Amino acid sequence: MHANFLDPYQEGTSPVHRLDARIKLILVIAFILTSALTPAGAWPIFTLLLSLVLSAELLSDLGIVFFMKRALLALPFVLAALPLLVTVDGVVLLALPLGLSITQQGLERFISISLRSWISVQAAVLLASTTTFPEILHAMRALGLPRLMVAIIGLMWRYLFVMVDEVLRMLRARTARSGESEFSGHRAGGTIFWRSQVAGGMAGSLFLRSLERSDRIYHAMLARGYDGEIRSLPQPGLRPVDWLVLFIVLLLLLSLLVLSRILWG
Amino acid sequence: MSCVVEIRDLSFTYPDGHKALDHITLDLAHGEKVALVGPNGAGKSTLLLHLNGILPRQTGEIRVSGLDVSGKNLGRVRALVGLVFQSPDDQLFSPTVFDDVAYGPIYQGLPAEEVRQRVQEALERVKMSEYSSRVSHHLSVGEKKRIAIATVLSMKPAVLVLDEPTAGLDPRARRTLIELLRELPITMIVASHDLPMVRELLPRTVVMDQGRIVADGPTATILSDPDLLARHGLEQ
Repeated sequence: MHANFLDPYQEGTSPVHRLDARIKLILVIAFILTSALTPAGAWPIFTLLLSLVLSAELLSDLGIVFFMKRALLALPFVLAALPLLVTVDGVVLLALPLGLSITQQGLERFISISLRSWISVQAAVLLASTTTFPEILHAMRALGLPRLMVAIIGLMWRYLFVMVDEVLRMLRARTARSGESEFSGHRAGGTIFWRSQVAGGMAGSLFLRSLERSDRIYHAMLARGYDGEIRSLPQPGLRPVDWLVLFIVLLLLLSLLVLSRILWG
Repeated sequence: MSCVVEIRDLSFTYPDGHKALDHITLDLAHGEKVALVGPNGAGKSTLLLHLNGILPRQTGEIRVSGLDVSGKNLGRVRALVGLVFQSPDDQLFSPTVFDDVAYGPIYQGLPAEEVRQRVQEALERVKMSEYSSRVSHHLSVGEKKRIAIATVLSMKPAVLVLDEPTAGLDPRARRTLIELLRELPITMIVASHDLPMVRELLPRTVVMDQGRIVADGPTATILSDPDLLARHGLEQ
């Protein structure tokens, strides 16, 4: 019983996989910023951004379907934008009960936000599925994120899997004891209140065990000479092709942003 | 003689293609105490997880007390098979000992009075009556292990299934546990590397290796066959 299925990385040798992790990280952040700063209603720019991320997905050899499935992660963000439909003033398209109405401006903002989150999530999924996590950590460090934060993110990733394994084992032990009585007439399952108590107890004991585990990990780190400073080997230099990709894509994103600001801003 | 557990031709392959069980056929008679031994990765735990349908059956047949282990019988089967996992920390997920031992009976929808009575009985069986209101988290490994056994005894199972019950116990806790299991008048199947315990407690031994049953017979005979033990990575 292992939670390996949680690791988003997919093996591959495509150009996207081989591109240096530092470049990928910068480009993904720049891409997300560009889509966030593009004004609402700049449809041609959104289309171009979408085609950019779709092309990169095609290049990664993982198949568009794979990315479409994972991009469903964006759905909750879309829900958060739902109230915009009725809260923005403007030309009324559809009057609803309770004095609410859907406006053209509201609809425009809503669709723009949905599009932004959808394509941004796709870019993040692309990064996570073509770059191993240690590479992403090194890239964060190379880009100047403080060592301590990189160490915290790294430890979190490492022990997330341990915790999920623990949760799975605990759930399995609960399932093993969730039986039915031999006498008919007893309804199995217990009350909702009791079940939520059990779930709360499970969360509590998981918390206590994690706390104890973190102590043990820290002692093991001290025992190997940890002094609060994480050190790592120097990283190899960037290839010319990495620089080339970096400049071309950054230039492209910048011009799209400027264009969108001038025409729709 | 009717059997508590009947397994016919059971095979199981994990999603990654690893074949963990290969045509297992095994019967457990009422009151029998059976050891399941074999090297790590032999398929012992996989077999145990099949006994109450935690792992879905792929091919073959399993019956517990005459009930087919699948679909609508799973609820009944889970009450009949008391599965004690190797790590008591996974088994004990409630705040207090009482809550944990009461989980099975409450889930079954038994009346409050009967739940209390069953918890009391189960705790007496493992000699932990006075621990009812203690916090599981603060117990020693040996105590946790005994409570873990009580959590399934409270369901009044037809068969007790134990995965490595003596792992990680100090000699005294191990001794207490062996005596306790000896006194339980219930069918049990115990997966273990602890051969001295097997010799002492379990009259019948089943040896597994690479997903197959390679020997099945009286413990005394099997444990006095050094060639057989060496072939399957076991030491006397």
